[in-house]
Amino acid sequence: MSEYLIRRMAFSLTAMLGVITIVFVLLHVSGDPATLLVTQDATRQDMERIRQAYGLDQPLAVQYGRFIARIARGDLGYSYRQGVPVTELIAGHIGATFELALASLAVAIVLGIALGMVAAVRRGSGIDTAAMTAALLGTSMPSFWVGLLLIIVFGVKLGWLPISGYGGVDHLILPAFVLGGFYAAQVSRLTRTSLLEVLAQDYIRTGHAKGLRDRVVLFKHALRNAALPILTMLGLSFGQMLGGAIVVETIFAWPGMGRLAVQAVLGRDFPVVQGAAIIGAAVFLAVNLMVDLVYGWVDPRLRGAAQRA
Amino acid sequence: MAGSTLAFAAPRSARSDERASTVRRLLRSPSGAVGAALLAVLLVAGFGASFVTPYDPAAENLAIPVHPPSLAPVADGVHVLGTDQLGRDVLSRLLVGLRISLVVALAVVPLSTALGLAIGMVTGYRGGWVDVALMRLVDAQLSIPTLLLAVAVVAVLGFGLSQIIAVLVIAGWPGYARVVRAEALALREREYAAAARAVGASDVRILARHVLPNVFPTVLVLGTLHLPVVIVFEAALSFLGLGIQPPTPSLGQMIQQAQDFVYQAWWMPTIPGVVITLVVLAFNLLGDRIRDVLDPRLRGLGPV
Repeated sequence: MSEYLIRRMAFSLTAMLGVITIVFVLLHVSGDPATLLVTQDATRQDMERIRQAYGLDQPLAVQYGRFIARIARGDLGYSYRQGVPVTELIAGHIGATFELALASLAVAIVLGIALGMVAAVRRGSGIDTAAMTAALLGTSMPSFWVGLLLIIVFGVKLGWLPISGYGGVDHLILPAFVLGGFYAAQVSRLTRTSLLEVLAQDYIRTGHAKGLRDRVVLFKHALRNAALPILTMLGLSFGQMLGGAIVVETIFAWPGMGRLAVQAVLGRDFPVVQGAAIIGAAVFLAVNLMVDLVYGWVDPRLRGAAQRA
Repeated sequence: MAGSTLAFAAPRSARSDERASTVRRLLRSPSGAVGAALLAVLLVAGFGASFVTPYDPAAENLAIPVHPPSLAPVADGVHVLGTDQLGRDVLSRLLVGLRISLVVALAVVPLSTALGLAIGMVTGYRGGWVDVALMRLVDAQLSIPTLLLAVAVVAVLGFGLSQIIAVLVIAGWPGYARVVRAEALALREREYAAAARAVGASDVRILARHVLPNVFPTVLVLGTLHLPVVIVFEAALSFLGLGIQPPTPSLGQMIQQAQDFVYQAWWMPTIPGVVITLVVLAFNLLGDRIRDVLDPRLRGLGPV
């Protein structure tokens, strides 16, 4: 177990180093990184100051080393547009993103697994067809469009829910359903496939044959064994949501990381974009590390498999 | 193949038979047939009708802004799907926007495929430190949430049609490279690859004649699943104002502009959204079916 743990953590660390490398390359691919780091109205003296402060006049290898060291110390640079360190900006937005991601994850789990289970149990019936059609539509409709439709119906026409901004639970409902609904559609399709596979196994027949109630067989025997791929997908989804639900946060003016990143691009505030990408990836890797460790603990067979991968 | 004497003549015809039956199997299922029909209509609309739009998509008519869809003539004629805030004909803009979406998808997917295929095949086949380094890079890139990565690349490359294609290719290739590499790694140990090596075939020849044909079905499946993803990403970036820029119309951008009118004109964001959904739905239906026919192992892998 400890060897697995070390290997898995080493993987996350190298991936993180790769992420930092990608960001470094992005910064330099445009030619002069200094132009990306300052505001548009910067004077020549400002640029010179940036070049010296960031060591942009040094050889690339030296810059790369310093870049990594800087990030390892937790310094993500400075937003000249907003006049604060990037870490401070991100710290102010990550909470809202986390809140939205948690609520959306709940929607994805409840809605997705319920739909998928009903579809699998009533395979071939009208309910199955209806659930899977809904899921297909759910994965095909772009989230920004669904968001606007819900705003029109629940916000404008019915006036039941607030349509933008950050506040109480009522502000969370629409964005969580839009973001969670998309993942729920995917989860339901996977739950159905995975559950159908398990329901065809011998031990399910044995369970029924020895007179267990359907509900016991379904929840204790089938769902548990079908859960692994679903958990994987939920872990990946949660990581993606935490990286910044860019589109959903933008429509609902939700003050999270995604909206921060988009506004930074539109405002040519590259240090913030860079910081958001690094933190987004770090969170994603951390969530997946945790999910993988939970598996290794739940299902010992996976430890060997993960080592080979 | 019937008998050993026919074996040398058979392959060519057998292959085209096989292809015909694959197409037939695709269309036999209702979802495959619906997807194909829908896609055919959308392709005709995007690459045919969009060149003969009823109005110039950029022509403004401030006398009739935000006109609802109707068959009754107003001012300069009939606007079946209404007009936007500048009085431009929505149907005309929709058709051109559809073409832009399709062009982006049909450019991004082959380019990402080619790049991912080349890198995945070579690194998987050759191995060594290049393989290790590139696969670490792929792992790293796949751990940045895709849209966030796209946004970061946009910040450097800027906005526009060719930029958005570049951004989506950069975001798209690692998915292919990872799968192709794994296949190439397994294929190079196969007997026929070893046999080819034994008779002195070059690496290039083995890759082209023995590895490529075997990874191709997988890549085709990944490609069809990638198409709808690209359509949504382009629409999302344009919606965020980071993609296709005015005056060129695009579906995502039309929805963004309609955002300010949700109070008085519900149809304005609704109509372009329906079109995006139909395109994505057509590709999803067809893609699911192609996967089931060509490579059922990829079930559950999801889009790239």
